[in-house]
Amino acid sequence: MAVTDRVKPRSPRRQSLPPEGTKGVRRLAFSQQVSKWDVKVSPYLYISPFFILFAITGLFPLVYTAWVSLHNWNLIGGQGKFTGLENYAFVVAQPYFWNAVGNTFSIFILSSVPQVVIALVIAAVLDANLRARTFWRMGVLVPFVVAPVAVGLIFNNLFADQFGLINGVLTAAGLDPVRWHSESVASHLAIATMVNFRWTGYNALIFLAAMQAILRDVFEAATIDGAGRLRQFFSVTVPMLRPTVIFVVITSTIGGLQIFDEPRVFDQSGLGGADRQWQTLTMYIWELGWGQRNFGRASAVAWLLFLIIVLIALFNFLIAKRIASQGGRK
Amino acid sequence: MKSLSKFSVLSAAAACLALSLTACGSSSPEKSGVNGATGSEAVTLTVGTFNEFGYEKLFDEYQALNPNVTIEHKKAATTNEARDNLTTRLAAGSGLSDIEAVEVDWLPELLQYPDRFADLKDPAVEGRWLDWKAEAATTPDGKLLGYGTDSGPEAVCYNAELLKKAGLPTERGEVAKMLGTTWDSYFQAGKAFKAASPDSAWFDSAGAIYQGMSNQLEKVYEEEDGTVIATENQQVKDTYKQVLKASTEDGLSAHLKQWSDDWASGFQTGAFATTLCPGWMLGVIEGNAAGVTGWDVANVFPGGGGNWGGSYLTVPTQGAHQAEAKKLAGWLTAPEQQIKAFTAKGTFPSQKEALDSSALLGQTNAFFNGAPTGEIFAERAKAVDVTPFKGTKFFAINDAMQQALTRVDVDKTDDAASSWEKFVTAVKSL
Repeated sequence: MAVTDRVKPRSPRRQSLPPEGTKGVRRLAFSQQVSKWDVKVSPYLYISPFFILFAITGLFPLVYTAWVSLHNWNLIGGQGKFTGLENYAFVVAQPYFWNAVGNTFSIFILSSVPQVVIALVIAAVLDANLRARTFWRMGVLVPFVVAPVAVGLIFNNLFADQFGLINGVLTAAGLDPVRWHSESVASHLAIATMVNFRWTGYNALIFLAAMQAILRDVFEAATIDGAGRLRQFFSVTVPMLRPTVIFVVITSTIGGLQIFDEPRVFDQSGLGGADRQWQTLTMYIWELGWGQRNFGRASAVAWLLFLIIVLIALFNFLIAKRIASQGGRK
Repeated sequence: MKSLSKFSVLSAAAACLALSLTACGSSSPEKSGVNGATGSEAVTLTVGTFNEFGYEKLFDEYQALNPNVTIEHKKAATTNEARDNLTTRLAAGSGLSDIEAVEVDWLPELLQYPDRFADLKDPAVEGRWLDWKAEAATTPDGKLLGYGTDSGPEAVCYNAELLKKAGLPTERGEVAKMLGTTWDSYFQAGKAFKAASPDSAWFDSAGAIYQGMSNQLEKVYEEEDGTVIATENQQVKDTYKQVLKASTEDGLSAHLKQWSDDWASGFQTGAFATTLCPGWMLGVIEGNAAGVTGWDVANVFPGGGGNWGGSYLTVPTQGAHQAEAKKLAGWLTAPEQQIKAFTAKGTFPSQKEALDSSALLGQTNAFFNGAPTGEIFAERAKAVDVTPFKGTKFFAINDAMQQALTRVDVDKTDDAASSWEKFVTAVKSL
């Protein structure tokens, strides 16, 4: 009874309020105004630090890069005359640009796919009841802490063409040495190895965190049902990690398409090989901007890279949505 | 309004302070000259260098002479790193050191922006450097933007043990005679070596030899008016062909890209018998060939004299202490100090007076079988008669050329003709 009494009159009485008396109306309207304002604006205010930061560090450079890409622009000399889309037309006509697109995707696939798979396996192993668990968990993160340049130094010694350790082993075993710095695919493999070395442990920890969030009851039930460890991994762990896998795939896609450090330190001149065997898009941007001092063209490539990443991210998103909804149905 | 006026008063005060600082700064060097020690205000000067300039002890000395000056040294590992740092901060308009070292090959592009560097012309340093050294840092309207530090007169370094194995002469003078004064005679000697000792190569890489040969051309890639002639220049084409013929057909090259890990290891494994060496290369060879005996220097360079590399000290105008920086740069590049830098790290002087100094001429190098390196390189410096014109695109075109040579010599992904085509495309896209 009490409940209906309180609820019932609400809306009709409010609507009939104005004619009754001006004083009460004004006070009520004001506080209403404030609370309305509060409800509408406060949430935006609370999240505004992110957007302000994003506008300064994300949006502004993006827009400014677009502006630069429409001009002749020298690194030191600064802004030149407006050229419209000329920089884009020029860059797209360059064989080096398309070569860089190919290399970027090749290195990205060679690094991301094994990385996610191996990270999953490592995470599963770390999730098991190990002795000195924390030690092993910290251990997988060690390569991530090593600076990419240092990684480059170490791997350059391994992958040197004539006197490198790997080729030394190969020739000792009677095999032909691999020409790491002259063959495209070989150089991509070497660079992907460096990337995997650094990032696999990092991804493994993310997977591990997600795995620990899975209720142990599920595994108990699976054990009672007679599922072995392997079966549990494929039928329980992996499906339940789906959102995390999607997250890791998307972040590693974005990182993979912007790959720079590892290929840059793969040789001394850092241009991606004499025949541009391993020049990636970001390295091409760097060559145009800092080598040739042409910021207009470098910005044009930067924007094209941005568009490519947006496209891939959209593609990723669609697939992810599909997988997620399938997972829900199951 | 109130806060605004406060702000404007403050900024006006700051401007006055800045003005008075520069005003007082610009008058002081005349009083003190470039070698004296005056001034009482405490100043911190940052100096940006790369590789090895041999300045560490000199900084201590200068600070002892000028108690008000504190020097901060920022050392980049490679010239490329230093160049990136310099151009980025030049573009940003802040963040450069008070003194920035600049390598001769990237000086031309900086000469386009004379406003960004202080004019270092000073009666006290007139005639200090070899003419070609000072000319390279002078703008068309006569501003001097950099004080010359070292230079890179080239000789030929050789591994006497390998020559001995091949039954060739090993004594410095005889080797010089055998190498001869032309590139043809140098390659000829290489063929004789290769015939007797097929497991080793005559030189390290096509790129290095090309560097030596092209530094003897008056015009390499550009005309003085900026026209790019790289792809039509017959001399460049001939040099390219000659180097690659010697490298591939005659098999004289060890196919090692300079500065690569393979190249560094090549010194240990005796992969090649000779390498062109400017003075600064001696330290590099000694480092890479540690523990290997037999390296020596022959007082000869094919095709006349040649200079490879060398640097300058500049004073960017964005610095707050330009006068003090100029004084320090002047002191560091004075002949006496340059000799000390040479003794420390083997950076060969570009100062006329330093070339006659007994400290320089008496210098020997134990690693290179006690070779009189001071005397040899002083003679090599005087033999330099051509310094190529280097325009604003030199650095980029030379990079493309080195890659063209690497494709044929090291990677073996192209032959000379197809690699040249790619070079032409690369130059066109600049």
